[in-house]
Amino acid sequence: MNDQGIGSYFQFSNVDWGNMATSTWETIWLTLVSMVVVAILGIALGLLLFETTDSQNVLAKVLNWIVSLFVNVFRSIPFIILIVLLLPITKNLVGTIIGPRAALPSLIISAAPFYARMVELAFHELDHGVIEAAESMGATRWQIVRKVLLPESMPALVSGITVTTISLIGYTAMAGAIGAGGLGNLAYQDGFQSNNNAVTLVATVIIVIIVFIFQFIGDLAVRHIDKRA
Amino acid sequence: MIEFKDVTKTFNAKQGAVHAVQDVNLKIEDGHIYGIVGYSGAGKSTLVRMLNGLETPTSGSVNIDGVEISALSGAPLREQRHKIGMIFQHFNLLWSRTVLENIMFPLEIAGQSKADAKKKAEHLADLVGLAGRETAYPSELSGGQKQRVGIARALANDPQILLSDEATSALDPQTTDEVLDLLLSINEKLHLTIVLITHEMHVIRKIADHVAVMEAGKIVEQGPVLEVFKRPKQAVTKRFVNEEVTPSLNDTTVVVDQLLEKYPNGTIVQLTFHGDQAKLPIVSEMLKQYPLDLNIIEGGIHQTQEGAIGSLYIQLTGDQDQISGALGYLKKMRVEAEVLNRE
Repeated sequence: MNDQGIGSYFQFSNVDWGNMATSTWETIWLTLVSMVVVAILGIALGLLLFETTDSQNVLAKVLNWIVSLFVNVFRSIPFIILIVLLLPITKNLVGTIIGPRAALPSLIISAAPFYARMVELAFHELDHGVIEAAESMGATRWQIVRKVLLPESMPALVSGITVTTISLIGYTAMAGAIGAGGLGNLAYQDGFQSNNNAVTLVATVIIVIIVFIFQFIGDLAVRHIDKRA
Repeated sequence: MIEFKDVTKTFNAKQGAVHAVQDVNLKIEDGHIYGIVGYSGAGKSTLVRMLNGLETPTSGSVNIDGVEISALSGAPLREQRHKIGMIFQHFNLLWSRTVLENIMFPLEIAGQSKADAKKKAEHLADLVGLAGRETAYPSELSGGQKQRVGIARALANDPQILLSDEATSALDPQTTDEVLDLLLSINEKLHLTIVLITHEMHVIRKIADHVAVMEAGKIVEQGPVLEVFKRPKQAVTKRFVNEEVTPSLNDTTVVVDQLLEKYPNGTIVQLTFHGDQAKLPIVSEMLKQYPLDLNIIEGGIHQTQEGAIGSLYIQLTGDQDQISGALGYLKKMRVEAEVLNRE
């Protein structure tokens, strides 16, 4: 039987390393896939918010209102409730409510609005004079987006996606607890429910390492892109 | 030719309507360097931004070579904008691009191939004196170099008009002069029209041939620079001209008071030169004819694009008849001579 004291954290003989590797891979897969989708969706929504803010056009105003509402609502729903709330939709979309793929819709829907706000803010922080300079040269809206907004705010976009990805890793663990697989699932089922504290400890350490790696890559990328200093 | 016809721009602010530009009529001939001077809020920026459609007039029209810019929008407006370069007070460069990539930017927008754009940009970098700095990022450049990039970028699409929005206001005096010299040489080499707005009379004097003075949205005075310098009619113009011609008028008044006290026998005279007289050795000729002692108190002669202008305070001591004769000579040479009297 397992020891229940502090010493239980270090009974590494109880750890199934094959399972641990599979779960680690599931967490990384979930994080990467949702990160890519969140980045694309977040930039698109952020751009939509930025372009429709302060517009005189009625259609743009309505669009801005709808997107803002969507973003604000989904940003305020606690993640654990969002997963449960989205279960029927997930079932429809993915065909199952169990496993890593089933966690994707709720991960994306919760993180994309969060990132969209960051993107909008990054665009607003750009020097308006630069956009005006591009306009004075006869640039189209799309040219301004592609050649001014995106490249000029790239450091903020990258550090934003880094922060978002790190909270995504946290969400994958939460999703794991209700059956989405990954390290969260392992820590909950094999660790907590089976009184196997060593599994919980190892899963924690691996998650911390994954977070550190993402942070490190993000910081490195920002430093490489940012030519302002 | 650029033509503003009865142009008015009114902004609706919370406090009520703001008349940024009122009833402006202005013609700018091709190849001129036209200065628009005024204090901040005078409406000069709004006026100039109508030339590339960044602002549209509330009423009236803005024409360039017969095309009514103020009536254009969408693709035809963007097409026109390719032919109008603009430089800014804060340069507005893309920090994520190198010098060369910044200069290539308007060429990319106009749809030129990368290879052509690169070749053109290299030539322009050379023209503005940035050869060897092509791969630097804006953050690695000085203010003067940044504005050179701005100028090269503005010239990329071979514009007929260059707009300068306070382009030297963020630069130190020496760099300002270098940038102005560059603009002057570009005007001569490429024969383009330059419309520049500034609050510094120095800029106007150094490169403009014509000037319009703006106050509260209206052009209160306009004409060739020397004309406006010589006989400023409006109070605001006089303030600008005084700032420039006698930079330390207040100091001079003090000195004159002291000298009047110190040399009770001397005659203090203020001489004003416009244009050609400033090139002649009038004062030295006067001393040869009338043996007097001369003490220069304060003075300044400035070269403008159309001749020199300036004033000189001198103290003459000697025989009273000789002094009267000397003053008569100055009058004959058409130098304004004003004797400063003791109170």
